[in-house]
Order: sequence, then C-alpha cells, then structure tokens
Amino acid sequence: MSPTRQPGDTSPLRAPLFFAILALLILLEGLTTGWNSALGILNMGLISAIMALGINLQWGTAGLFNAGAMGFLALGGLAPVLISMPPTPGAFAAGGMGILTAFVVATIALVLSVVTWRRMPKGRARGLAVTGILLVGFFVYRALFDPAVTAIEAINPSAAGNLGGLGLPTLISWPVGALLAAGAAWLVGKTALGLRSDYLAIATLGIAEIIVAVLKNEQWLDRGVLNVNGIPRPWPVPYEIDLQARPGFAEKAQAWGLDPTLASTLLVKLAFLALFIVVILLLIWASEMALKSPWGRMMHAIRDNEISAAAMGKNITRRHLQVFVLGSAVIGLAGAMMISLDGQMTPSSYNPLRYTFLILVMVVVGGSGSNWGSVLGGVLIWYLWVKAGDWGPEIMQVVMGPVPEGDFKTHMINSAAHMRMLLMGILLLLVLRFSPRGLLPEK
Amino acid sequence: MELINALVALTNYVIIPATAYGAQLALGALGVTLIYSILRFSNFAHGDTMAFGTAVVILITWGLQAMGISFGPLPTALIALPFGIAVTALMMLGTDRVVYRYYRRIRAQPVVLVMVSVGVMFVMNALTRFLIGVDQINFADGERFIISARTWNQMTGMREPLTLRTTQAITVVTAAITVVALFWFLNRTRTGKSMRAFSDNEDLALLSGIDPDRVVKVTWVLTAALATIAGTLYGLDKSFKAFTYFQIVLPIFASAIVGGIGNPVGAIVGGFIISFSEVGLTYAWKKVAGYLVPAWEPDGLVQLLSTDYKFAVSFVILILVLIFRPTGIFRGKVV
Repeated sequence: MSPTRQPGDTSPLRAPLFFAILALLILLEGLTTGWNSALGILNMGLISAIMALGINLQWGTAGLFNAGAMGFLALGGLAPVLISMPPTPGAFAAGGMGILTAFVVATIALVLSVVTWRRMPKGRARGLAVTGILLVGFFVYRALFDPAVTAIEAINPSAAGNLGGLGLPTLISWPVGALLAAGAAWLVGKTALGLRSDYLAIATLGIAEIIVAVLKNEQWLDRGVLNVNGIPRPWPVPYEIDLQARPGFAEKAQAWGLDPTLASTLLVKLAFLALFIVVILLLIWASEMALKSPWGRMMHAIRDNEISAAAMGKNITRRHLQVFVLGSAVIGLAGAMMISLDGQMTPSSYNPLRYTFLILVMVVVGGSGSNWGSVLGGVLIWYLWVKAGDWGPEIMQVVMGPVPEGDFKTHMINSAAHMRMLLMGILLLLVLRFSPRGLLPEK
Repeated sequence: MELINALVALTNYVIIPATAYGAQLALGALGVTLIYSILRFSNFAHGDTMAFGTAVVILITWGLQAMGISFGPLPTALIALPFGIAVTALMMLGTDRVVYRYYRRIRAQPVVLVMVSVGVMFVMNALTRFLIGVDQINFADGERFIISARTWNQMTGMREPLTLRTTQAITVVTAAITVVALFWFLNRTRTGKSMRAFSDNEDLALLSGIDPDRVVKVTWVLTAALATIAGTLYGLDKSFKAFTYFQIVLPIFASAIVGGIGNPVGAIVGGFIISFSEVGLTYAWKKVAGYLVPAWEPDGLVQLLSTDYKFAVSFVILILVLIFRPTGIFRGKVV
C-alpha cells in the first residue's frame, strides 16, 4: 500500500539471495548457539510467517489495516483446547447444557432485537422494545450462565475446572481455529468496513483486547490464567520419551555423534518444521492461484483505485469483507498451530506488541503484497527480535565498559533489552520511508 | 436516610471516580481529535506519547524532590508539568520533522500514515521503557485526601464513607482549565482560527494564505501538551505503568469516535460517556441496591460485568455508534 508502487523491476536473483542470507543466519545460529535454538527460532519464525501471510492478504492485497492480529491468533489458539484435549469427566453433564442454553437464549435475544428494530416503525416505542428485549435477554442469560459456570469450575479445580475438549486429533483443530477467527472477523468486518479506513484498525484493536480478556477470565472455557497444559501434538510429530524408548534409537543417535536426548528433541522440532513447511507451501500456492485468477485481478484493481473499481460495478465493501475474513482465518490457523507447537495455552502471554504490531513490521519489511516477502519478513524479523534481546545487553556492556560502576550503568544495561522495540520501530519507519515496497517487492 | 446513603455510596464509588477518569479520557481524546482534524489520520502512537510525557514529568518530579522543592499540599508533579510539556513538544516537533512531514508532502493515504504512526509507537514505547522502565510507579505526593473517610464521618456522622482524593480534584480542575484555554485558543486567537479553517477546508485555507507548516507545528505542540497533561493526571490518579498507557488508546479512540471524531466538544462528551458506562457497568451495585430496596438481599454482587471486561464496554459503545451513527453524536468529520 504505497503511492509509489511501480511495476516490478527487481532482479530475479533478489529472492534467492535474501533466502540464502536467511539460511546462513540460521546456520550460524545452529553452529554457535546450538541446533535446538536454531530450529526453535525457525519454527516460531515460520508460524510468524503464516501470520504475516494472513496480514499480507489484508494489508498487501486490499489495504485493510488489521490492528487486532493478536485477537484472531488467540481465538485460533482456543481450537486445540476445545478440539484435541480430552473432555473433563462430568463437566458437560454438570454445566454444559446450561452454558449452551444460555448461549441459545443470548442468540435469540439478539436476533429478536434485530428483527424488532427492522420491523417496528421508527420512534420511541421501538427503542424501548429493543432495550427491553436486550435487558430481559441479558438477565435470563446470566441466570442460566452463572450457575452452569460455577458447577463446571467446581470439578477438580486444581487440574481441570473447565469443559475440556472433544478428544479429536490435533490436526483437525487447525482448520477449526481458522473458522473461529473467521467468524469473529466477519462480525467485526461487517460493522467496521465500508466506513473510514482507520475505523477498522480501531475496531480490530478493540476486539483483540476483548478476546484475550475472555480467554484470561473464562475458566470454564480454557482455565483462564491457570493455563491448559499437555495439549496433544499433531499427527506425525512424535514425543521425545517415545523416541528415546524406541529400540535402536540411542544407537542411531550415537552413530550420528549425538546425545539421545538431544537427538530426540531435534527430531521433534524437525517434524514440526516439515509440517509447517507443508502448510506454508499450500497457503502460498492457494493465494498465488487466487491472486492470478480474475478474483485476484479484481482485488488489485480495488486496491489501486477504489473509485474506478466501484464504477466498474464491483461491490468494494463486500470484497473487503471477504478478504478480511480470509486473512483472519489464516491468522487463526497460525494461532492453532502455535498452541500445538507450544503444547500449552497461556492466555496471559498474548501481547499486542509481539503478536499484532510485530507482524505488521514483518509484512512491511518483507514487502507488502508479496507472499514470499511475508515469509522472508516473518522469519527474518522474528530472528532479529529474538537475537536483539540477546545482543542488546551484550552491546551495552561493551559501550558502557569505560563508564564507572553505578546506578546509571546498571540502568543502561538493564534497559538494553528494550532496544529491540526501538530496532523494530526504526526498521519499520526506514522501510516505509525509503523502500516502501519492502525487501521482496510485489511483482 | 437510606436514599441519602445510596446517593453517598453512588457518589463515592461511581460519580467521583468516573468524573476523574472521564476528564482524563476527554483530554486524551482531544489530542487524538486534533491530530485527526489537522493531519487527518488516527494516531496510534498517542498512548505512548502520553506515556513518554508522563515519564519525563516523573523524572523531573524526582529531580525536584531531590532538590527539596515541593508544592505544599499539591503534588510536585504539577510544577514539573510545564517542563514535561516542553520536552514532549520538542519530541513531537522532531518526530514530525523526521517522520511525518515527508508523508504530507507526498500526500500519502491516511492508512499509510496510520502504519507510520505504528512505527512511531514502537520508538516512543522503547524510549519510555528506556527512560523509566516497565514497573509500576507512584509519584503522587502532598496531601492525599481532601475529604477522607474519617473527616467525612466527623462532618456528617454518616456511616456510609465518602472520600475525595486530592488527585481526583486536581484532575477535574486541571482538565477544566486546559479545556477552557484550548477552546479560547481555537475560537479567539488568529492561530486557532486558522487551525479551524485548515481543518474545515484545507484547500480554501491554503488559498487564503494560511501557512500549513505553522498550523501543523502548533497542532503538535497542543497535542503534546494535551497528552502530557492527560498522562500525568492519569498517573497521579492511578499510577504510572508504560503498558497501561499503551492500552488506554482504545477507550480514547472510542471517546473521540463516539463524540464525533474531529469535533473537540464531541471528544469531551465522548470521554465522559465512555467513563461513566465503564465504571457503571463494572461496579458492584449490591450496596446501593441494599439501601434502595432493603427487603431485597441479592446473592451476587449485582455486577453487570466483571472489571476485567472494561475494554468490552468501550468496544461495544464504539460498535453501536459505528452501526447507528458513524459520524458520532456531534457530527464529526467525513465518514
């Protein structure tokens, strides 16, 4: 989204070169710090790349500013908890029906108030009727919901206290995560799209805070700040203990010159890596195909000149809603994948700087509108973010070397970890100003 | 008597805190709305500007305290405030010169400017953390209460307590003075009038010889002043924590949009609408209900919404306004 967009005139070697540099950085990390850390950065970098692909669909292809990636990510992360965790015995019988009925009541009240609003003539009676329906609906909902929640949270509160999941395979939870995020995106997009462009940004900022607040506080759903641990891994990824117990594994590891424990953790990380690469390739293939189709050309036409696209009879608000929902679904998918990788759901770890604004930096630095750019930006920026946290204090130690010991020196060294925020901000500003098309410009 | 007790409880737990919070939101929303009407974008860095300004004020306050200077019963931070505003204004002018000016010149779309403000937000956030760290800081000194629960009891003999903290009174008084001064400036001075002209119709303003650079500079200085005052008042009233200031942009944006973005009166009204809804919906009404309906013994706290969902209140109001009246209560700028 830059007014200086020009036809691609970059060298075809640009992308391979940048990816080679990235590979070299990861290789260096593996040789200096260790392969465990290198693969860890790479895996999280690839998940960030998937988030960046989702944001890129919205910002790069349609110019929509989503300031709530964190919310869609967190909502997607709920899917592994609800789908692949085993159900808590007795929880559904205790309050599951109560919660479901409460939600049905709430939905009926909302639908009824919308219908009343549309059917009744304008006037004071309409306002009173709708307010009345909503108030009655709210109190009936609370009357049904509160006892059900108390009942569920009373069941084995130290280990469960939540509904639990369906006990289905983890891979199923990934598309479900995408669906959850898509649903939330539809609700937000429906209200905020078609108005001023920055209203979407403010509305998404709000929904993200609310989703995270819900995940933190609704214990019956995901145990809130007590966290859900031991979320099952997706299908081909083994567990370290099973690997080590496998006959012949220790010998094979020794033949490679590796400690069996280290070999098993590396193998697990490699399995995740393979899975993530498959997902990324599928996503890029699908989105490249979509963008090459008439639909993609229409999206570009809308982005580049909304007025002339509208004059051609394109419904801009509806297309924007479509692409906003699609992009958010991709972010939800990344959220579910991240929770499967971590094996736990920790709602208090969702931080907007890390999960919303850093992703925007990834997309802009990688190249708005370019899918491979998003992948490059995702891994590269994540690498810099992790390493800047390590390098900051080290560099500061050297810089502060001649300064005598004292409050000032300790303050500077302790503050050095915040340098990565500064680095990201300056990087974003520099790219926007001097190279608005990013590292790998859109073709 | 029961009715008076209910009123006292309501004043103590809802009206006083919501008024102070509303005044803080209103000042924040005025800053957002000013940037919006002159520079025409939603400034995501506003919360961090507030945090930066407050951090500077806190540092100066500590310096003054170390020199043994105090403001008697009032917090020392009030003496530090003008210096904090000056530093923040310089910071804003520098940011505009280095960052925003280029995008005005190439006439970038508003959404690009929003993205640029995210970059500024990162930088300001890092600077604030660098200056003062991430911990919670209390910097209010001087007299703590104007009316403490004990003096209230001695004054009236009522058992229902009422307290009025100094910081709450200072918040409302300072906000009132700031708003009066701002409106006097916008409506009575030549520069203020040229700002309003620029906001209403940029081309016409340029034609009549208004210097756009000057208008923009004055806008940044005013925004810096509003942000620093709002941030300092919020910090005095509650406490300072960098991350809270980052989160407060949501209710501030909601206030500006609800009132009608670009409209200063709207920003003030919006601030109070948001604050009263937030406090009212998350307040446990059990005590007030107990006074009003003595026969009724509610089993819960009669709290409509848990305090953890206070952001949901601003969000829902925002969504309702976007659906039913996207220009806000006082017809703001173009939709």
